[in-house]
Amino acid sequence: MTEWKRVLQKIDNQRWLLPQDYKQGMRVPGLIFASEEMLHIIGQDQAIEQVANVAFLPGIVRYSMAMPDIHWGYGFPIGGVAAMRVDDGVVSPGGVGFDINCGTRVLRTNLTEGEVRPVLHELVNQVFRDVPAGVGGHGPVRASGSQIDGVLVNGARWALEQGYAWPEDLEAIEGGGALPGADPDRVSHRAKERGAPQLGTLGSGNHFLEIQVIDEVYDREKAAVMGITGAGQVMVFIHTGSRGLGHQTCQDYLDVMEEAAGRYGIDLPDKQLSCAPIKSKEGQAYLAAMTAAANFAFCNRQLIAHRTREAFRKVLGRDPLDDLGMHVVYDVAHNIAKIERHRLDTHEISVCVHRKGATRAFPPGHHDVPAKYQKIGQPVLVPGDMGRYSYIAVGTKQAMAETWGSSCHGAGRVQSRHAAKRSLEGVDVAQRLLDRGIYVRAQNRKLLAEEASEAYKDVAMVIDVLDDAGIATKVCRMRPMGVVKG
Amino acid sequence: MDDGRSATAETRRFEVLEHTADAGIIAYGAGLPELFVNAALGLFSLMVDLSGVRETDSREIEAHASDLETLLIRWLTELLYHVDAEEMVFSRFEVTAMDETSLRARAYGERIDPERHDLGFGVKAVTRHMLEIAHQDSGYRATVLFDI
Repeated sequence: MTEWKRVLQKIDNQRWLLPQDYKQGMRVPGLIFASEEMLHIIGQDQAIEQVANVAFLPGIVRYSMAMPDIHWGYGFPIGGVAAMRVDDGVVSPGGVGFDINCGTRVLRTNLTEGEVRPVLHELVNQVFRDVPAGVGGHGPVRASGSQIDGVLVNGARWALEQGYAWPEDLEAIEGGGALPGADPDRVSHRAKERGAPQLGTLGSGNHFLEIQVIDEVYDREKAAVMGITGAGQVMVFIHTGSRGLGHQTCQDYLDVMEEAAGRYGIDLPDKQLSCAPIKSKEGQAYLAAMTAAANFAFCNRQLIAHRTREAFRKVLGRDPLDDLGMHVVYDVAHNIAKIERHRLDTHEISVCVHRKGATRAFPPGHHDVPAKYQKIGQPVLVPGDMGRYSYIAVGTKQAMAETWGSSCHGAGRVQSRHAAKRSLEGVDVAQRLLDRGIYVRAQNRKLLAEEASEAYKDVAMVIDVLDDAGIATKVCRMRPMGVVKG
Repeated sequence: MDDGRSATAETRRFEVLEHTADAGIIAYGAGLPELFVNAALGLFSLMVDLSGVRETDSREIEAHASDLETLLIRWLTELLYHVDAEEMVFSRFEVTAMDETSLRARAYGERIDPERHDLGFGVKAVTRHMLEIAHQDSGYRATVLFDI
């Protein structure tokens, strides 16, 4: 750790510069957002080395950046943000990750904690039945044959056409839930077959669905715009991605890119950063396939939201729309690459922004921010661990100027799954949570130790660094009361 | 070693490997077919208690690659395909033909039944990180990390 402190130059209390001469071949310096306290944790794995490695990629502009939740990933660090010039830069599947458009969605409700508490177990059990989690398990609809192509092109819009969405849902999703440029023909049959049964499923690992309660509001005006009235209000937080379809798409294109990188003479410090020029046929094919997988993920979260609304209807006997007001606050990707226009010094450029374990955080007034959030900025959804809390923030002008309009995506692990399991040997994690009023349903209770609070950083530290740096503005905090996991 | 899910020392087939975010395995084999079989057992041991999987169904698996490491990735990825697309889990594998660039095998198992199977976590992908196939006096050893 002391070693990193010698290498990094402190810019201010939230920013650390990784000098370009740290490693020969870096095209830009690294910029890490972290408090001094967090650097100790961050320095424990190879994440900072990976920030340096990303700086090798052709066309990278300004910095190889890392959010405070940065930790080791495959090639790119998780929590990494890097923008490459469209004209002469590259796109890298490793800069998106295996779970393409892994992301989050938050629903609000009109319910209070007092109303939900008496039926909490019933509600969580119903959601657990209706939203499959874990290994195996298929979703409520199987998009087979040509239908899957409809999902890949139309994303959440496909769900609307099938009756699994409210029209208003789409405008509360990044890119309207259907990103342009998706080409189903660039997605392999294998990938489609892996994804087809999984629409509407959570998966496992760190994915979850939580029933949460607002426990602190930092900005009442902004909260009100999101339909958040104050402490005690019940919310739903969903975290999942593109399932087997995205995993296979990434796997397929890692092979393509490894071969292409060699052919284009791109020198890489790590094979997992394999990439191709954005304008090459391989780069274009990957972007079209990745976008298709991203649309699948938007549709997946839409179906899960639909099933959740229906579960609330079943248990509470109240209408999810008119009575419960279960509107989507927002839905945002945190594993994605997008072509965006950004200001660089005095002019505008087109860049491919890789956000791997980072969310978009566009400011008030940006044309890609939904009409209802024009005045406050795009909601940024930041899940914590199942024992503590999650946050909602909004994007800022500072984020637009400094981080390509990007922010953090969560807490980030501090303990390996094994270490967490070992340290909690003999502890019934579900019971421990229940004692604190948090009811958990999981496919495998034994695995809960691996997802316990001890395994994660305190997400409050992560969000505070970004709030202090002006990258995101905290709006509210939620604590879990019901948890569904794989 | 991971709470009895691995084989005993004298028939050491695989070990579960520790890593910050994810999980991996070290598989052993006197020859390449055995190595690939044990890597598959290691992969499935993360997802399900293998002793509870019945062999009521099977799938023919084929994989091709330009090198041995990539062949291992393709083999394991092909098995993951059957988990996602068909909700299958496997507990026994037979390599019927193999060289350094291709493999044909049969995987035995059944459809996932959450009521009966003791399920672990899903594996998203087989990664290249730390991927290594080493040849020692006693045979082969493969290190593979999974994204979970």
